[in-house]
Amino acid sequence: MREDYKWRYGFFLGCVIPNRYPMIEISIRNVFDHLGAELLDLPGASCCPAPGVFRAFHIPTWFVIAARNISIAEELGVSPITGCNGCYGTLRDAWYELEHDYDKKKEVNEYLAKIGRKYSGTFEPKHIVQALYLDMGLDYLKDFIKLKFTDLKVGVHYGCHIVKPSEKRPWNGEYEAPQFLDEIVEITGAKSIDYKDKYMCCGAGGAVRTAVKEVAADFTREKLVNMRDAGVDIILDICPFCHLQLDLGQVEVNNFYADIIGEPFNIPVIYITQLLGVAFGMDPNLLGLVKNHNLSGVSPFISVDPFLKIVKEQLI
Amino acid sequence: MSENVEKYIKRKVYKSTNSRIAQKFVDAGLEKIRACINCGTCTGSCPSGRRTAYRTRSAIRRALTGDETVLQDIDIWLCSTCYYCYERCPRDIPVTDMIIKLRNIAVEEGYILDSHFGLANDIFYATGHGVPANGEANKKWRDLRESYGLPPLPPTVHSYPEAVKECQELMNAVGFKKLLDNAAKLKKERAKTEEKK
Repeated sequence: MREDYKWRYGFFLGCVIPNRYPMIEISIRNVFDHLGAELLDLPGASCCPAPGVFRAFHIPTWFVIAARNISIAEELGVSPITGCNGCYGTLRDAWYELEHDYDKKKEVNEYLAKIGRKYSGTFEPKHIVQALYLDMGLDYLKDFIKLKFTDLKVGVHYGCHIVKPSEKRPWNGEYEAPQFLDEIVEITGAKSIDYKDKYMCCGAGGAVRTAVKEVAADFTREKLVNMRDAGVDIILDICPFCHLQLDLGQVEVNNFYADIIGEPFNIPVIYITQLLGVAFGMDPNLLGLVKNHNLSGVSPFISVDPFLKIVKEQLI
Repeated sequence: MSENVEKYIKRKVYKSTNSRIAQKFVDAGLEKIRACINCGTCTGSCPSGRRTAYRTRSAIRRALTGDETVLQDIDIWLCSTCYYCYERCPRDIPVTDMIIKLRNIAVEEGYILDSHFGLANDIFYATGHGVPANGEANKKWRDLRESYGLPPLPPTVHSYPEAVKECQELMNAVGFKKLLDNAAKLKKERAKTEEKK
């Protein structure tokens, strides 16, 4: 371990972060390194598997594949850490349930033995926000703030599985109106704006997006209308699937619901480590905020340039 | 729940039924639903029910009474697993988890949407990822990764072919592949019967 590293985690990438929103991956890697937290790769990790689809198809498969993923981090002697609420839901729920069910744990290990692996459950799966807020703490983060926003209104979107099921999460049972993410956002000088049904789901999860895209987009429409009514400059989230739904989802909402939304939506969607990174004075290139390609049909589907403009006006 | 209460619940609800699927509901622990007092907090908390015909309380009720048609409706697939019903249920019924179990039984009975089947069989089983970046069709995503200074493929199953085999071996052993093959077979048979009608 590099001497100035204070924490060490196994970076569980999942699917959407590396394969659709690599700007989130690069921002997590660079911000955690900046904060003195080492992120080890988890070689050969797979889909978590997604809690709304694959668990809904076959719970036993969900258990063994999740346990395999956790076992890769265990081999390295670290907690798996994820930037995705879905992966967090799977890894943390599977871990919690296996630690409370001896027979299940034994059965899962019988399967893992077939591929020469073992799950022990020694290391608690974490979300990057859990590491930021509980392992590092607000005071530690505040020391890294170099520049503060003077006027940035943020629509904070928590997502669901970061706080629920609450008995399997580290937030003391709070799920109706948690504040930890707003507190992190506000150390950058930005203002977290209250909006109607702030804690509502984005609509993507639980296999809904794959089942009926229009239903997922209707959840998103409601959220977007509420955020726009409150006057947000940006949407901030902590999950790549919410991110996809709030980013690509704006294009879909503009399409499906053009007749009822009035003006089309065009709100930049920013991931928590991207916001923190700019306030830490880090180069936006290291945070995946600058486009360096001519590819078409790739993320982000809503330009983040208006956010970069605010960064330049207020921070640089 | 105490053992006595569970016994009482099973006797009360399923004593007279010989439905194979109702038995599956019991085996999956769905009899916990018996504690339901029909207050409707689940339906009232459901963001999906606000815009679709999905009614959580109704789905739960149908499962409780052994009504198999609950498995055939798309409704149970419109739950986004936001867990509000689970958190707010005054009877501590793990509602969302019950919906997940209902879905497991639906898949077993061959009630799985084509889009979900493709995702499970052609993507997850084949690659180990639910959203992959390999193959010709995904070249733009690998290029996008490279534009941010990342290797074209992440250090996941995508970079370790033997890890894909490990996952498949596990999925075979635990019965996932068999489940999918059977679901496909049942779907086909059902489609044929429909055609004849």
